[in-house]
Amino acid sequence: MTENRATFINIGERTNVTGSARFKKLILEGDYTAAVEVARQQVDSGAQIIDVNMDEGLLDSQLAMDTYLKLIASEPDIAKVPIMIDSSKWSVIEAGLKCVAGKPIVNSISMKEGVEPFIEQAKKVRRYGAAVVVMAFDEKGQADTKQRKVEICQRAYDILVNQVGFPAEDIIFDPNIFAVATGIEEHNNYGVDFIEATREIKRLCPGAKISGGVSNLSFAFRGNEPVRKAMHSVFLYHAIRAGMDMGIVNAGQLEVYDQIPQELRDACEDVILNRRPDSTDRLLELAPKYKGTGEVAETQDAEWRSWPVEKRLEHALVKGLDQWVVADTEEARLQIARPIEVIEGPLMAGMNVVGDLFGAGKMFLPQVVKSARVMKKAVAHLLPYIEAQKTATSRPKGKIVMATVKGDVHDIGKNIVGVVLQCNNFEVIDLGVMVPFQTILKSANDNKADIIGLSGLITPSLDEMVTVAEEMTRQGFTLPLLIGGATTSKVHTALRIAPSYKGTTVHVLDASRAVGVCSALVSESGAQASDFAANVAAEYETIRVERAAGGKEKLVTLEAARANSFKIDWSAYTPPKPAVTGTRVFAEYPLHELVERIDWTPFFRAWELAGNYPAILTDKVVGESATKLFADARKMLDRIVREKWLTAKGVVAFWPCRRDGDDVVLFEDESHAKEISRLYFLRQQIEKRAPRANMCLADFISPKADWIGGFAVTAGHGIEEHLARFKADTDDYSDILLKALADRLAEAFAERMHERVRKTLWAYAPDEALTNEELTREKYRGIRPAPGYPACPDHSQKPELFRLLNAGQNTGLTLTENFAMLPISSVSGYYFANPQAEYFGVARIGRDQLEDYAKRRGIPIEEAEKYLRSNVGY
Amino acid sequence: MSTPMTRAEKADQLQAIARDRILVKDGPYGTAIQTYKLDEAGYRGLTGCNGRTFQLDQKGNNDLLNLTRPDVVSAICNAYIDAGADLLATNTFNANAISLGDYGISNLAREINLAAARLTRACADAATAKDPAKPRFVAGALGPTNKTLSISPNVNDPGYRAVTFDEVKGIYREQIEGLLDGGVDFILIETVFDTLNAKAAIVAVSEAGEARDEVIPVMVSMTLTDLAGRNLSGQTVEAFWHSVRHARPLTMGLNCSFGATELHPYVNALNPQVDGMVCVYPNAGLPNELGAYDEPPEMTAKLVKGWAENGWLNMVGGCCGTTPAHIKAVAEAVKGVKPRTWHALPPALRLSGMEAASFF
Repeated sequence: MTENRATFINIGERTNVTGSARFKKLILEGDYTAAVEVARQQVDSGAQIIDVNMDEGLLDSQLAMDTYLKLIASEPDIAKVPIMIDSSKWSVIEAGLKCVAGKPIVNSISMKEGVEPFIEQAKKVRRYGAAVVVMAFDEKGQADTKQRKVEICQRAYDILVNQVGFPAEDIIFDPNIFAVATGIEEHNNYGVDFIEATREIKRLCPGAKISGGVSNLSFAFRGNEPVRKAMHSVFLYHAIRAGMDMGIVNAGQLEVYDQIPQELRDACEDVILNRRPDSTDRLLELAPKYKGTGEVAETQDAEWRSWPVEKRLEHALVKGLDQWVVADTEEARLQIARPIEVIEGPLMAGMNVVGDLFGAGKMFLPQVVKSARVMKKAVAHLLPYIEAQKTATSRPKGKIVMATVKGDVHDIGKNIVGVVLQCNNFEVIDLGVMVPFQTILKSANDNKADIIGLSGLITPSLDEMVTVAEEMTRQGFTLPLLIGGATTSKVHTALRIAPSYKGTTVHVLDASRAVGVCSALVSESGAQASDFAANVAAEYETIRVERAAGGKEKLVTLEAARANSFKIDWSAYTPPKPAVTGTRVFAEYPLHELVERIDWTPFFRAWELAGNYPAILTDKVVGESATKLFADARKMLDRIVREKWLTAKGVVAFWPCRRDGDDVVLFEDESHAKEISRLYFLRQQIEKRAPRANMCLADFISPKADWIGGFAVTAGHGIEEHLARFKADTDDYSDILLKALADRLAEAFAERMHERVRKTLWAYAPDEALTNEELTREKYRGIRPAPGYPACPDHSQKPELFRLLNAGQNTGLTLTENFAMLPISSVSGYYFANPQAEYFGVARIGRDQLEDYAKRRGIPIEEAEKYLRSNVGY
Repeated sequence: MSTPMTRAEKADQLQAIARDRILVKDGPYGTAIQTYKLDEAGYRGLTGCNGRTFQLDQKGNNDLLNLTRPDVVSAICNAYIDAGADLLATNTFNANAISLGDYGISNLAREINLAAARLTRACADAATAKDPAKPRFVAGALGPTNKTLSISPNVNDPGYRAVTFDEVKGIYREQIEGLLDGGVDFILIETVFDTLNAKAAIVAVSEAGEARDEVIPVMVSMTLTDLAGRNLSGQTVEAFWHSVRHARPLTMGLNCSFGATELHPYVNALNPQVDGMVCVYPNAGLPNELGAYDEPPEMTAKLVKGWAENGWLNMVGGCCGTTPAHIKAVAEAVKGVKPRTWHALPPALRLSGMEAASFF
């Protein structure tokens, strides 16, 4: 909760139709989506309360107030701050009071119509549980002089506190800020009247606060923003010192008093404090000099807004600007006979430009995803009209059902492919993550899909894909099956998935290939599709034949591999005892500490932008795109940290252990009396040329007495809420961006934790001093291999690691049935401290090791084979 | 015979006792009724509910039992009295026209509330007569209804609401009138997951009080719907408190949500914020895989005792899954533990959105 002492309270004023021409236009046009964004910007730029005003003759103000307040109620970013319900009409205020769950402020009531209605309204305000702004206004009119302001406020205070029982601290007086420097002499003292009245009211009405609408003050200088800003700042400087507590101001647009040029500040001060008779003239004289310093960028940007609507839509699509797209789409709809033609005409034309630029490598994924967001908004706007006309809609090129398979939760790549396909007029039915085959096949049937696309990142997903393929065969499917995701490969697809399925199976390397593959598979001329299918089938057959012919490296027996193990001279090495023993939990790791540790290169790779950071930002080809993406990423990262979108949790622990063959045995304490666990590692079996060893992680552990560590970290807690928000907003770009950033934070967390382990927790390298780059290149001592990755490829060892770490309770992490970690954006693994420990890949193993491994673990051979399918077979 | 005490005087009496000891609230009706394993005929009652006909099945309509099986409701109430409860809530959690609509008997709302209030009053008065040193109080319970004023049931139309503020206020008013006519001392607005619904209830209480020219004390109890400590309308505990504090609640607190273990941080958060009594009635732990509550009475009592010893409690009871045995164990656990003291808060403009904001 926020506590604020003796500071000025900023009330956002941009959501006020009487104060903002733009907001008024949005509301009159019924563009509530953009209008809600205005409130979000206000909160983002520091407004502590949002003033909502719908007093406009052309509006049904009561309905507009009701609609708008209900909409912002479902935006946690906005609804976190209190609302000020602002209207001169009681009926509008009451409508507003019925929509707000929090405790709002009513702005305003007064004795304008007499004491009785004032009491009546005050009672109701109290009953609805709101604070209230009382205007210095009575039957005789609005108070202008200090004396009238004080008199009215004091009277109102007495009635509210003593007759109505209104708490004094819930009363806010608005003693009226009027325009000064109007050229009318009677107006000259208005600034002083307000400031002096403020001082007096605060003294006479203990507990009450003072507010005012500041922009009235400078009405005489409309069109000269710099002077207006300066006047506001000078006025507030004095009014706050007199006791003004809050004001309706444009939070982002206040000049710092000290930074106003001296002559301008003095001139403003003369006017506001009414210090000399010619002060108005002097400010008028000075004003033009400061006029030019306003913002020019906006007008330049706005030039394209004058183009014909088709061009504007194209521009918005290519540039990914969604601000005006609904309005422009609406304009196009009104011009064109049938709403569907807006899609088929200007929107598709725009997307074709995007598609061409992407195809030609002149546009990159981040931009395409932004374009898709714009397109989705436009289509969403048109859909109700299209439905209403009930004409046949244009047929998409094809329908594709996509899913991340059961047991897996990774979907960045799949989402990117989905967006790119949609840009190219494919209908995409995205079933999400952890989808069992039953759901996938049912959806394909129900929707008469043309293609099924499967995605997965962890190795057990490869198996799951085989299951889906087998099931498709069993159910008599023939439609093409696409395979994608980080661990998938053409070889795996050819060897394991394609033989399980009667229809065409194609591995798709990345999003840029997806369109070509899908277009070929659904082409109108059946011939092209069958040609394509035949080519793929032939290519995969070649792969299978080559593999069968044994284009493989030779394996040695397990016995021979063990004989060629990695030898460490244990007599010359004393395993360091960790400084911290037992378990160390990090319940909420500071995110800002992780931000600087982010390795950005993989982030760009996730977006299919090739190159290393930071060179990629200035790259001839992708530099511009990478720079924009990077800027968006930094912006989101700031919000992630500032607004705590994500919570990082971690746990590390160290255990006494010793090596036993290819196992590592863990003990309760250093006496090695009680065994608490056993980790089973695998050994490389590919024939090595001397002096290279057949490595196994157990080789890095002393057979006598050593230590091993374990960790699990996550940066994914809290992500769902934001992903849901983006989903609701059809904002794939932000969705993918957030997931990619969370992944980076999790990796950074794992890196940072490893560093702390080396320096302080295990403390075997307390004096390590490496640069960020050296850290990225893993120049440190010790490794942190993760179960499921090359050095220990069996994901099914994660449950044991989680048990040892009590990771469920300590970090809130869980495992899916295929050992993917939830929430996404998590890393777990082991720590090895030996200076000679290094990363390697186990790669292919022989049947003898598989049998040995199954025996060691006490599981059936079939089960071990399932876990190690990527390492055996082929 | 002296004139009966007004509701405001009852509130004063309750507060006076609360300065001396921690008060005990009763447990739930829902899980207690389940133990009777009533079938459709059982719900319709021995006398066929005065010859009324029902269009829909009534099995599970616990509020109807006030009319059809007053013996069951009274037996449960008396079990809580025997367990040591000072405050008895009426069996009217769903006795509002919206929720009763699910059973096609919205028209019986007033009658059910009236009957529930009368029979709870009778049980309480009998107990007070037996032991005047331990007066029993009756709270008329208002549940949250099954419609929300802050949230759209349609994800594609966030501005839509299935019900209006005035409708909710209206059905609460009807319920309140029945409860007051039946003699309850206070109105308990409980299990609030949507703050705006609770605000409508507060307006209804306030209007009822104005019409009767008397102050009707309210008790407010929020429920949390996630472990981050927010209710369904997104508010934190402090933000919620700011939203309802204008009702000057006799007690403010938390109920249902989770077990005492999970509620711990939020009871702690309430303590310094509430310038009135704090009343908490947690569930018997978290439900197990079968959806049943299996935290034994001693465990609930032990957890609650920890709060009491921290000086966080003025009143404590049980919600889902707790039984008379739980209430008895809780009553014994807090016996002799010093009650929470409360003070006026420093003056500040206390507002809220989903989060609280205080301006001093």
